[in-house]
Amino acid sequence: MITLAHLLTLSAVLFALSVAGIFLNRKNVLLLLMCIELLLLAANFNFVAFSRHLGQLDGQIFVFFVLTVAAAESAIGLAIMVVLFRERRSINVEELNQLQG
Amino acid sequence: MLPLILFYIFATILVMAAVAVIVSRNPVYSALSLVLCFVTSAAIWLLIEAEFLAIVLVLVYVGAVMVLFLFVVMMIDINLEELRAGFTRFAWLGWIMAGAIVLEIAGVVLTKRLGIDVTRGGAPLPANYSNTQELGALLYSKYAYPFEIAAMVLLVAIIAAIALTLRHRPNLKVQDVGRQVAARASERVRLVKMDSEHRE
Repeated sequence: MITLAHLLTLSAVLFALSVAGIFLNRKNVLLLLMCIELLLLAANFNFVAFSRHLGQLDGQIFVFFVLTVAAAESAIGLAIMVVLFRERRSINVEELNQLQG
Repeated sequence: MLPLILFYIFATILVMAAVAVIVSRNPVYSALSLVLCFVTSAAIWLLIEAEFLAIVLVLVYVGAVMVLFLFVVMMIDINLEELRAGFTRFAWLGWIMAGAIVLEIAGVVLTKRLGIDVTRGGAPLPANYSNTQELGALLYSKYAYPFEIAAMVLLVAIIAAIALTLRHRPNLKVQDVGRQVAARASERVRLVKMDSEHRE
């Protein structure tokens, strides 16, 4: 039987891997967006696991909303990246210093 | 026993695909590995009887978001060498952070104070139970307003994505519908009355 511990462990490993990915690919905006998607997937795993464990469907509704927001986020993120690439011919994070942040 | 074996198989594939996403050299391979991640996650969600979300994950993520990612990867021409430079310089920090997060989550989960028995799975559902039906009933009653706000978020995202990427090129020949509709026959056609020509 798949217990809550199995799912939480898997989710923790996935979350940690995607955080490591953000550190590894810190120059590539595209890979950063993909790592954020992976991060959200790990969070969704927890929602689904606890929803099944507690026998309440509210957690799964939340996953639905997280998916919606993640889809919107990646669409706008990719649009910004395409505009950025048109302007600068590069998606290197280190060159994005126009705002002097 | 069989679900547990399947879970381990899928979990192994999922973790390996996640590693491939973060270390592969080519963004196309990363995107395809992420597709594999989503598909195996959907399989695991099917195993724990969250059928609707498993299908939604495949349809929305693999079908729409990842295809969008692949389009963008192939559309832009990026210099991979420059982006890969210094890949391993902060890798140790990344792995330390990853280890710290795993330890923290394990610390939270393994403390018995949460009052949650982690060695127990979800209660088995009856055979005639429909996950989609139950979710729909909840979504259109208790969560009706959040559902509509989610729809608004998607609408705003569509408009924002189009508005960001739309561009007007100066020397492009496009139709001006207003001028087309306002055109009158008298401006376009000139009727000339003349005698018929005779052969000499």
